[in-house]
Amino acid sequence: MSVTATIRIQEADFDIAQEIAALTKGRIDIGAVVTFTGICRGTEDGENIAALTLEHYPGMAEAEIKRHTDEAMSRWPLSGLTVVHRVGRIEPGQNIVLVLTASQHRQAAFHAAEFLMDYLKTNAPFWKREESARGSSWIEARDHDDAATARWTKS
Amino acid sequence: MKLKYFAWVRERIGKAEETIEPPAGVRTVNELIGWLAQRDDSYAHAFEKPQVIRAAIDHAHVKPDAMIAGAREIAFFPPMTGG
Repeated sequence: MSVTATIRIQEADFDIAQEIAALTKGRIDIGAVVTFTGICRGTEDGENIAALTLEHYPGMAEAEIKRHTDEAMSRWPLSGLTVVHRVGRIEPGQNIVLVLTASQHRQAAFHAAEFLMDYLKTNAPFWKREESARGSSWIEARDHDDAATARWTKS
Repeated sequence: MKLKYFAWVRERIGKAEETIEPPAGVRTVNELIGWLAQRDDSYAHAFEKPQVIRAAIDHAHVKPDAMIAGAREIAFFPPMTGG
């Protein structure tokens, strides 16, 4: 059967159990669900932060995530896929992003979840601004995130 | 065509979007950056390091040598930090 990815960008928090239930409800073909949750840390490079504010490019963010969920579904036999990315102000301990991948066997779900997160980090148009005692500043992209994405490129 | 700016590119330019008609000699994304950078100090500041600026045409990532003819919307932004 064909699989449609669920993609949402929202300010509101998400409930992981509810998202898994929505993905697996009434299905007996799924043998594995992998969940990845990105959470706002309380420190960044040793400095305490008060909050992150996430900006995104409406329209392109959804399109870019869809390009990568399509790619994930073409590379691994997935039975379901959900990506939820929050925007707006997020405090330490709160959720930022959720990736759920479902498949008959665990390996495809693990690989697809990692692939999607690596691509989201470097290719999805979202930007984080951090607030700390010293004021607020844009978080800079990390080279190791680019390296993580590059390893999925087919040679 | 419509231009959109995000994150610190938006803050430096001082606006989120605008509609422009670049001169005929401006054919690529890189040439558009060069043309914008000459408009005033805000644009010059935003585009002072063109090599770090990322661009998208009509919601898809493009390289600096991409042609802009026919583009409806071009966006400029810093490297992405989502996830």
